[in-house]
Amino acid sequence: MLEIKDLHASIDGTEILKGINLTINPGEVHAIMGPNGAGKSTLSAVLAGNEGYEVTQGTITFEGEDLLEMAVEDRARAGLLMGFQYPVEIPGVKNVYLLKAALNAQREARGEGEIPAPEFMKLVREKLAYMKMDNSFLQRAVNEGFSGGEKKRNEILQMLVLQPKLALLDEIDSGLDIDAMKVVSQGVNSLRSEDRSILMVTHYQRLLNHIEPDVVHILMDGRVVKSGDKTLATEVEDRGYDWLTEGSVA
Amino acid sequence: MASEEMEQLVRREYTQGFVTDIESDTAPPGLNEDTIAFISKKKEEPQWMLDWRLEAFEQWKKMSEPDWSHLDYPPIDYQAISYFSAPKKPEDRPQSLDEVDPKLLETYEKLGIPLHERAALAGVAVDAVFDSVSVTTTFKDKLAEAGVIFCSISEAIREHPELVKQYLGTVVSRGDNFFAALNSAVFTDGSFVYVPEGVECPMELSTYFRINAANTGQFERTLIICDKQAQVSYLEGCTAPQRDENQLHAAVVELVALDDAYIKYSTVQNWYPGDEDGKGGIYNFVTKRGDCRGDRSKISWTQVETGSAITWKYPSCLLRGDDSVGEFYSVAVTNGRQQADTGTKMIHIGKNTKSTIVSKGIAAGKSDQAYRGLVKILPRAENARNFTQCDSLLIGDQCGAHTFPYQEISNSKSMVEHEATTSKIGEDQLFYCQSRGINEEDAVNMIVNGFCKDVFQELPMEFAVEAEALLSVTLEGSVG
Ligand SMILES: Nc1ncnc2c1ncn2[C@@H]1O[C@H](COP(=O)(O)OP(=O)(O)OP(=O)(O)O)[C@@H](O)[C@H]1O
Ligand SMILES: [Mg+2]
Repeated sequence: MLEIKDLHASIDGTEILKGINLTINPGEVHAIMGPNGAGKSTLSAVLAGNEGYEVTQGTITFEGEDLLEMAVEDRARAGLLMGFQYPVEIPGVKNVYLLKAALNAQREARGEGEIPAPEFMKLVREKLAYMKMDNSFLQRAVNEGFSGGEKKRNEILQMLVLQPKLALLDEIDSGLDIDAMKVVSQGVNSLRSEDRSILMVTHYQRLLNHIEPDVVHILMDGRVVKSGDKTLATEVEDRGYDWLTEGSVA
Repeated sequence: MASEEMEQLVRREYTQGFVTDIESDTAPPGLNEDTIAFISKKKEEPQWMLDWRLEAFEQWKKMSEPDWSHLDYPPIDYQAISYFSAPKKPEDRPQSLDEVDPKLLETYEKLGIPLHERAALAGVAVDAVFDSVSVTTTFKDKLAEAGVIFCSISEAIREHPELVKQYLGTVVSRGDNFFAALNSAVFTDGSFVYVPEGVECPMELSTYFRINAANTGQFERTLIICDKQAQVSYLEGCTAPQRDENQLHAAVVELVALDDAYIKYSTVQNWYPGDEDGKGGIYNFVTKRGDCRGDRSKISWTQVETGSAITWKYPSCLLRGDDSVGEFYSVAVTNGRQQADTGTKMIHIGKNTKSTIVSKGIAAGKSDQAYRGLVKILPRAENARNFTQCDSLLIGDQCGAHTFPYQEISNSKSMVEHEATTSKIGEDQLFYCQSRGINEEDAVNMIVNGFCKDVFQELPMEFAVEAEALLSVTLEGSVG
């Protein structure tokens, strides 16, 4: 599904990612943890195609294709979708309109026609209910005036409608209350399947209780310093990160 | 000069654009008393109208062209412009669409204005200005039934002289400004609307303007009167084919609303803006003013401006009647080397008068635009209220947007609020949309249309759809 090899990336001349190696197979759920400023969001941004970051070395292969050669929208159309840590507000653009435009863009790329309006509305209403969101969210402007938790739900709503092959979730748990955490995790879990993968960034073990990862990676100072199963998350929760650097540097 | 001689003028060779091949009687370039007499005669006008024009001409000669701080264009040679052009035989003009020259209909087709379809489907009465004479008017019967008069201004001068005499020039006087004076002297066509007391006009009235004969400035004159408790919604749309010479357009629009009347005037303006260097575009100097003459009257201007090389335009409201309301909703889009200086004036004269201004400016390419808004509250205007919101959106870093709000407040019991923002089209917003699979161009359109929502929702339905399409055409290729 995704293969990252020796990835180096910098912003404004500062190297942030310093040689990342990561492989995600179909059906797997991977979690990335690590201290603030380690480069987790940078990694997601590079995967999504944010031009603010310069890839100086390494390769990323997605479904056999060179991801770094693909335009942002083409990555999404190929099935790589990013759930943002801080989703932006787009005044005046209805949420439902963005959803429809996005879905149709993907369908078009797959050579399918536009989705008929009734079918689309049925699909959206169903997913909306699943995310325990009110119908009024469809008519509101994208993320405008949404609470932090509502924004996160809205990101997952988009995932449910767009059904990506690889979902990237950057701190999807931050700012969620206990109920919202359940709804969001349920949404993400519903995406899980044999041919779909998930890469999520989080600071907390708590999320991983809801969405069980197959692999946990610890990212520090632009490198994956340790990978393991979900027990690694518990260990980090107990001991912090310092013990990992001491070990790796030595 | 005898008009027969004038009529034998050299026919122009049309080489550029897709100028329709309809022979025109074109007045020779130049402006003097004879030209004005020629126009007046062509229009079969009564003497009082000619006198009115000549007085305007006298005033114009004493005036000088304003010097704009924010606009930059080569000087206009007023003697090089021809002031009249009409399809060949006015008396043979078609009485219905079936009789319209198929070539003309073809032209509308090319402009994306399938006239008969649009008119019939949308239930819109269309008074299309082609060159300087109205060639087709539809739905007249239905309007006549309601007692609404909707015709060309020339026809109104002949058929309804008492109304024209009573109202023409009472909102925009002949000496109001340089371009208004010029228009008063030489105007050749435009629309006239009268809605009688208590009547709500049964359909939206629409006019498509188009400039055709080369080197002919167009000087439309529009006069709309809503009598007591009457209502009308008027749509104006403009488009012009590609051509090489800069073209002058100086229209005057006068609106009069009596007690409890409501006039809604919507414009989607898409004139040729010129090539990438700004060559060949339309110069658009327009005086539009609404007079809320009666108590509780309301005038609402909504405009979407995407065309012209140069736009100079300030639709304004005189809020004379007590409790009268003025509104101005505007989207101005400039790209390439377009220059726009637009805005509005709200003059509060009566008590409890209210005005709302929502202006959205979008600048792309190397274009430059300025918003100028004047809110003036006179001493008698107790409890006057104004709310102004001006937002500018920049696409790229070679364009500019400037906001100049002016306030003159002479009544302490009034309230004026002003909000203004300027933002660059958000890289993060673009990225967000693209990361959902939407391409950059569609993403820009989506964001820009979102930015304009407050104004678009004021437009009549089909016009709003057209406006969105227009915006995307205008901004095509402005990013990336
Ligand atoms: N324009 C910039 N110039 C220099 N450094 C930058 C720039 N933008 C981001 N950085 C740095 O890149 C580093 C990685 O940031 P990133 O957002 O990827 O961290 P993160 O692991 O997601 O952290 P958090 O847990 O706080 O979300 C940080 O140290 C940040 O300060
Ligand atoms: Mg982060």
